[in-house]
Amino acid sequence: MFSINRFFIKFSLAMLIAALLFGTAAAFAFLYPEHFNKWLPFQQMRPMHTSAALFWIISGAAACVCHFQSRHILDARALRQLLSAFKLTWMLVIMVVFACYCINDYGGREYWEFPPFLNLPLLAGWVLFAIVMLAIFKKSAPAYEWMWITGVIFFLITFTEQNLWHLSWFRESYIREVTVQWKANGSMVGAWNQMINGLSVFLIIRISGNKETAYSKMTFFLFFLGLFNLMFNWGHHVYNLPNANWMRGVAYGVSMTEWVILVILIRNFKRNIQEGRKLKHSLSYRFISSAQTWILANLGLALLMSIPAINRYTHGTHITVAHAMGTTIGINTMILLAAVGYILHADDMSDRSVRTIKRSLWFANASLWVFWSALVVAGILKGYLIINHPEMSFTDVMQHVTPFILIMAISGILLIPSLGLIAFIFIRIPAESGKQKDKASNAAERDELPVYAE
Amino acid sequence: MQSDQDHLFGTRVRDIFAAVSPFSTMITRIWIVLFVLFAAYSVAVYIYSDGQHRESLPSASVNRGWQAWQKNNCHTCHQLYGLGGYMGPDLTNAASDPRKGREYMRAFIKYGTNSMPSFQLSDKEINDILSFLSWVDKSGKNIVSPANVHWTGNYLIN
Repeated sequence: MFSINRFFIKFSLAMLIAALLFGTAAAFAFLYPEHFNKWLPFQQMRPMHTSAALFWIISGAAACVCHFQSRHILDARALRQLLSAFKLTWMLVIMVVFACYCINDYGGREYWEFPPFLNLPLLAGWVLFAIVMLAIFKKSAPAYEWMWITGVIFFLITFTEQNLWHLSWFRESYIREVTVQWKANGSMVGAWNQMINGLSVFLIIRISGNKETAYSKMTFFLFFLGLFNLMFNWGHHVYNLPNANWMRGVAYGVSMTEWVILVILIRNFKRNIQEGRKLKHSLSYRFISSAQTWILANLGLALLMSIPAINRYTHGTHITVAHAMGTTIGINTMILLAAVGYILHADDMSDRSVRTIKRSLWFANASLWVFWSALVVAGILKGYLIINHPEMSFTDVMQHVTPFILIMAISGILLIPSLGLIAFIFIRIPAESGKQKDKASNAAERDELPVYAE
Repeated sequence: MQSDQDHLFGTRVRDIFAAVSPFSTMITRIWIVLFVLFAAYSVAVYIYSDGQHRESLPSASVNRGWQAWQKNNCHTCHQLYGLGGYMGPDLTNAASDPRKGREYMRAFIKYGTNSMPSFQLSDKEINDILSFLSWVDKSGKNIVSPANVHWTGNYLIN
């Protein structure tokens, strides 16, 4: 592996630890603002938490894709340099983002709360990444490479779209501005999901040795269903906006296609458990197994939230947070930890470290279930009270909801010594332990996976 | 060094690939068709997303208020149309809420509360933020009336 990529992976892991720490601080600042407003105010902790989480997922996914694709550019120095420039740019800009938050300099956009000029170097860096990915891509590539290239291209598109508000025409109507903002953000989630789902498929193939999956019709069917949803299933974010009814109808109709994914997942669930028993020796597979359970839970929640009549109650409540946390921690983080563990050869660590990781993973899943359930209950309560009891003040509504937020915050603390510990152990894996194996595995992958037409 | 088994496995992958080669062309076509549909749909959304409730163009004060809203990261705690943070109330229709209104909001922004710090904004900045919130208020209602819920589960907002 190129050492800068290893550093980029560890930088992303540090973002995960930062996201956990800032998230916990934000939860308690939310509950006890009078004690936190002076030193750790919510309005400062939340941007730090969301940015750290986003950068962990996006940078982590990009770093893992770079690693697995590096076998195609071992002899292409210029492409390797472009990739290095991308990684250095992103790491530098991310540091500047946090410096801006420290001095309360904000841009005020949901999820992208740093001063907007920083979007330019981020975009420029991603363009370099996209150039390399396009240069090495061939249309006869396996499904996971289609997922990676699609994720990279659509991140570029949606990140640009997310900045269209700088053009005054988009700000002439508030409804248009919000619609486009959420169209971009909604599809962007689909873009990084493509990269991460591709990693999951790649890892399952590598661990199980079942290479037919790379070209199976079912894998491509699920890829296109995901792409279809990425493109058109963002509308549930803006159901309540007074937009044209056809826009709502399209989003509702497209989102219902996810039932197909749910049915396929349930149908394969037993087989996956049997396969899991065979592959449980692999640390990476354990993370992927965890993610599969979270996919079922969050897909079920997403399907319900996509029905406008139900969304009327859930929109703007903590159920939305439950879905966001369930997907980013339960699915994205688990798959990324699987990929990072695979890249850093976590299975070869000492027995003690492997045991600690297995226990931490169990502990993280248990904490996350409490965390997720508390948010769902808080959301149901808030939605019911706001819609059915409009006479209640916001303070009264929140008094009913607060006990569940407290449960969420306490279980959130428990994620630090579990997920945080796993990230910390991965960061501490010495570079030397993997170098020889990287060289060997790169060479082996190059020979073993000649997936392109001769 | 590849083992014999790996080598055979690699050959098998190549065989499978050769067999599905036309399939890979079809994949490219489907991808391009979807991409074109996405591009066309995006343009339609840009044009028609203010189709039903075309509010008045934002004044200079509204634009300044919008900037102040973003600069002070107000959305971290407050929502507009249910989008934003959860610490404070949704402010989409606060300007026309008989229990709130401009003066009520002005006092909150100027002096802060236990949970909301005072941001030390000038009277002009506060007026601009209030203009922005009044403009947002006129764009529509945040909570969908039960009368708008169709039997299919969809909303029909006229």
